[in-house]
Amino acid sequence: MAAGAKRVEQLDRVVIRFAGDSGDGMQLTGDRFTSETAQLGNDISTLPNFPAEIRAPAGTLPGVSSFQVHFADYDILTPGDSPNVLVAMNPAALKANLSDLPSGADIIVNTDEFTKRNLAKVGYAASPLEDGSLGGYAVHPVALTSMTVGALSELGVSKKDAERAKNMFALGLLSWMYSRPFESTLRFLERKFAKRPDLVAANKAAFQAGWNFGETTEDFSVRYEVKPAKMLPGTYRNITGNQALALGLVAAGVRAKLPVFLGAYPITPASDILHELSKHKRFGITTVQAEDEIAAIGAALGAAYGGALGVTTTSGPGVALKGETISLAIALELPLVIVDVQRAGPSTGMPTKTEQADLNMALYGRHGEAPLAVIAPKSPSDCFHAAIEAARIALTYRTPVILLSDNYVANGSEPWLLPEAGELPDLTTTYATEPNGEDGRFLPYLRDPETLARPWAIPGTPGLEHRIGGLEKADKTGDISYDPANHEFMVRTRAARIEAIKVPDIEVEDPDAENGDQQGATVLVLGWGSTYGPIGAACRALRQRGLPIAQAHLRHMAPLPANLGEVLKAYDKVVIPEMNLGQLAHVIRAKYLVDAVPFNQVSGLPFTASTLESMLEDVVKNG
Amino acid sequence: MASPTIPLTPVKLTAKDFKSDQEVRWCPGCGDYSILAAMQRFMPELNIPREKTVFISGIGCSSRFPYYMNTYGMHSIHGRAPAIATGLSVSRPDLSVWVVTGDGDALSIGGNHLIHALRRNVNLKILLFNNRIYGLTKGQYSPTSELGKITKSTPAGSADSPFNPLSLALGAEASFVARTIDSDAKHLQSVLRAAAQHEGSAFVEIYQNCNIFNDGAFELIKDPSTRDDHLIRLEQGQPITFGSEAQFSVVHPAGAFGLSVRESASLAGETPVVHDATVDDPAYAFALSRLSGSDLGTTPIGVFRDVNRPTYDQLVQKQLEDAKAQATGTPDKMLDELLNAADTWTIV
Repeated sequence: MAAGAKRVEQLDRVVIRFAGDSGDGMQLTGDRFTSETAQLGNDISTLPNFPAEIRAPAGTLPGVSSFQVHFADYDILTPGDSPNVLVAMNPAALKANLSDLPSGADIIVNTDEFTKRNLAKVGYAASPLEDGSLGGYAVHPVALTSMTVGALSELGVSKKDAERAKNMFALGLLSWMYSRPFESTLRFLERKFAKRPDLVAANKAAFQAGWNFGETTEDFSVRYEVKPAKMLPGTYRNITGNQALALGLVAAGVRAKLPVFLGAYPITPASDILHELSKHKRFGITTVQAEDEIAAIGAALGAAYGGALGVTTTSGPGVALKGETISLAIALELPLVIVDVQRAGPSTGMPTKTEQADLNMALYGRHGEAPLAVIAPKSPSDCFHAAIEAARIALTYRTPVILLSDNYVANGSEPWLLPEAGELPDLTTTYATEPNGEDGRFLPYLRDPETLARPWAIPGTPGLEHRIGGLEKADKTGDISYDPANHEFMVRTRAARIEAIKVPDIEVEDPDAENGDQQGATVLVLGWGSTYGPIGAACRALRQRGLPIAQAHLRHMAPLPANLGEVLKAYDKVVIPEMNLGQLAHVIRAKYLVDAVPFNQVSGLPFTASTLESMLEDVVKNG
Repeated sequence: MASPTIPLTPVKLTAKDFKSDQEVRWCPGCGDYSILAAMQRFMPELNIPREKTVFISGIGCSSRFPYYMNTYGMHSIHGRAPAIATGLSVSRPDLSVWVVTGDGDALSIGGNHLIHALRRNVNLKILLFNNRIYGLTKGQYSPTSELGKITKSTPAGSADSPFNPLSLALGAEASFVARTIDSDAKHLQSVLRAAAQHEGSAFVEIYQNCNIFNDGAFELIKDPSTRDDHLIRLEQGQPITFGSEAQFSVVHPAGAFGLSVRESASLAGETPVVHDATVDDPAYAFALSRLSGSDLGTTPIGVFRDVNRPTYDQLVQKQLEDAKAQATGTPDKMLDELLNAADTWTIV
């Protein structure tokens, strides 16, 4: 695959969207392009978007699956608002994505799929390739399927297998266009089809045919290059939020020197964490696929009672079912990590779309006064560190912790500067081994004066036999108690011990203030969780245009950072963008009496930076 | 044999060692007292240290049980004890884990967890105190109450057909299934002994009298004047006959799916079935379980089924041990390798 003699143009950033039928392999194609791009050293952010149906009827709009990758020679925060290039494998993919394209965008279409029947399926009366409706775009018609089949004709694979390799043709073409290194993709194909050498050969040949087509056809006159981004030195890998979260749980077990026990029930979009952890038994990780969501957390709590780092992973519907057991864990004061990969609700909602609407449930969704700690990762790679932080709080303070990820960070990916295991936080904890009361008595609810945590006395420890349960317990002894004063004391103590959890102060990013240049921002935008990327990108864009704005991002949702009230009061205006109807804004207004302005989107899609930029511009200029 | 993973103690324990300092608060005359006393007298013979013994319960009268045992214990939430106990048992093979539950707890709100624990064959000893009523909520019908039962919530009689708990457990292919009665301490202890010795899930239904809301529910098989003609005591290797004069026999009629009761005097070429709890096919134990319905007319007690099959705990531990055997290096080093096990690139 020698370099072509075509003109090479330098770009600083590109957004490509691969779109096709759910059976066309678009997620895999996007994933491979991302990996090649990562190898080159660009900064990357990706956004997969797919239907919940595994195979919706072929060629229909509900069946369209897409993968967007944004790469640049500088550090970027989002997968990009609108694609510069759309690869449309069929008319449905074109129709579903066209409205997101800016005029002048490149569209590469698989003309073989633009048949009368396929056009009719999505309501095209005439082919958009011929009726002039795509005049504002740079359309590249490519007979992707037939050229793939032609290229593989000598290889003896079935027509069906040959047609299925068309995504590799597309990947080859795009890899040529953007000068991507392809060795990792060839290695990947060898691994993926290790048992089918014929398919390795077919897919490699399809990739090469796509590459060669780019080099020879006159339709593509320019190749592009995007130089590596300046990133911190170190070793990187590309990682999704779900993968990072699973690895964070492995790391938490290693750094706590505890066996990890995961109880989980399959649910979109959290199942990948179960899949990943089930592969790492050598770390002493047990995964139980339970009969239901309640059993999943029950088993995790049982294991935590026995001394393991108990974890359950789910999405919103699962957290709803687990509520009573979370309450039990609060009463028992045992460590437990509950991962909620949020998706659009209510009810089944849109399982493959994103939302941040479980915050209220995480904070308040239990009977009685049932406080716990809640934390939210801000990006795919941050899921790793958030998992460790969740485990730290759970183990140190003997409390359930809810980790609020969402579909956007869970399935999105970005480069991750790999940490050294030895530099991760030390989570070592101790079990009780000796009686702690007078006369050799064991008092299961005698608290550590600093953390207010009770001893973790696991079954098997001689001399500490005791009974715990969901009935109200007497202070210190843990015996059943209906005493009014004791209940008042225990309810207030359970609240106080969550409030006493030490969390880092929130930091404010306001470069204009730091520069001493002018007077700094008067508007603060406060976010939490996965909106960090788009909010950050919008703030950068505003500052580049000379409009100062301050950004602060919450990771600890409960307890909130101690300095948050002070930070909020330092600004004339506080804006809170959320992918819900204002759940954090309610908390902030109630707790700090700050007239925070909510900005809400519940479309199932993440904010685009431009949406936030124009909203924030309005606030900055007009108050 | 009991689980080889549970250590034994040479110290001779007594019933008193298993009594906690908590005041027992069941209603006077409740059948739970005799079950508790039988359990406390029986536990020492297992030679399992108190600290290695855990009782986990759900919600209901029976679920107060753990508070009264001087072992580890958890009084959890309604119906979930088998799930919680599964997590504990699988992660701690050194513990002897007992689940105490009732007919509402195990068969209504917790039905799903019960059947899944049984089909997985988790190493749990599950004791279901069946009093055919909701006691703690003051007298509603339960999933084992007889059809037509008049209770606070069914003034015109229950329209629900009851579960046969043993049939249900056998349908889930439980590897050990037995039934006993609260008032027969000797039989109760013999069944507990057999359950404790079974490796895997042991399901024991204990007929238990609620003298407040369903008094006399099992009187037919308790009253000395009637019990002999209605109670079938299963003995391993013995022909199944019953009655004050052994005047009844359990037979397997030719061509029939199930078992029938005949007058021993008029067995036309049929012979009483010889009881064998180790028969692999659950159909035999299931047929036994069908001899009695709500009316208790011919009620077998004893061990219905006791077969060996791999436990969930063993299978999970084996996978863990196999994986750990292949691990090399310190945990931190293994973690570094895992984090780097992908397409990586280096920026200098």
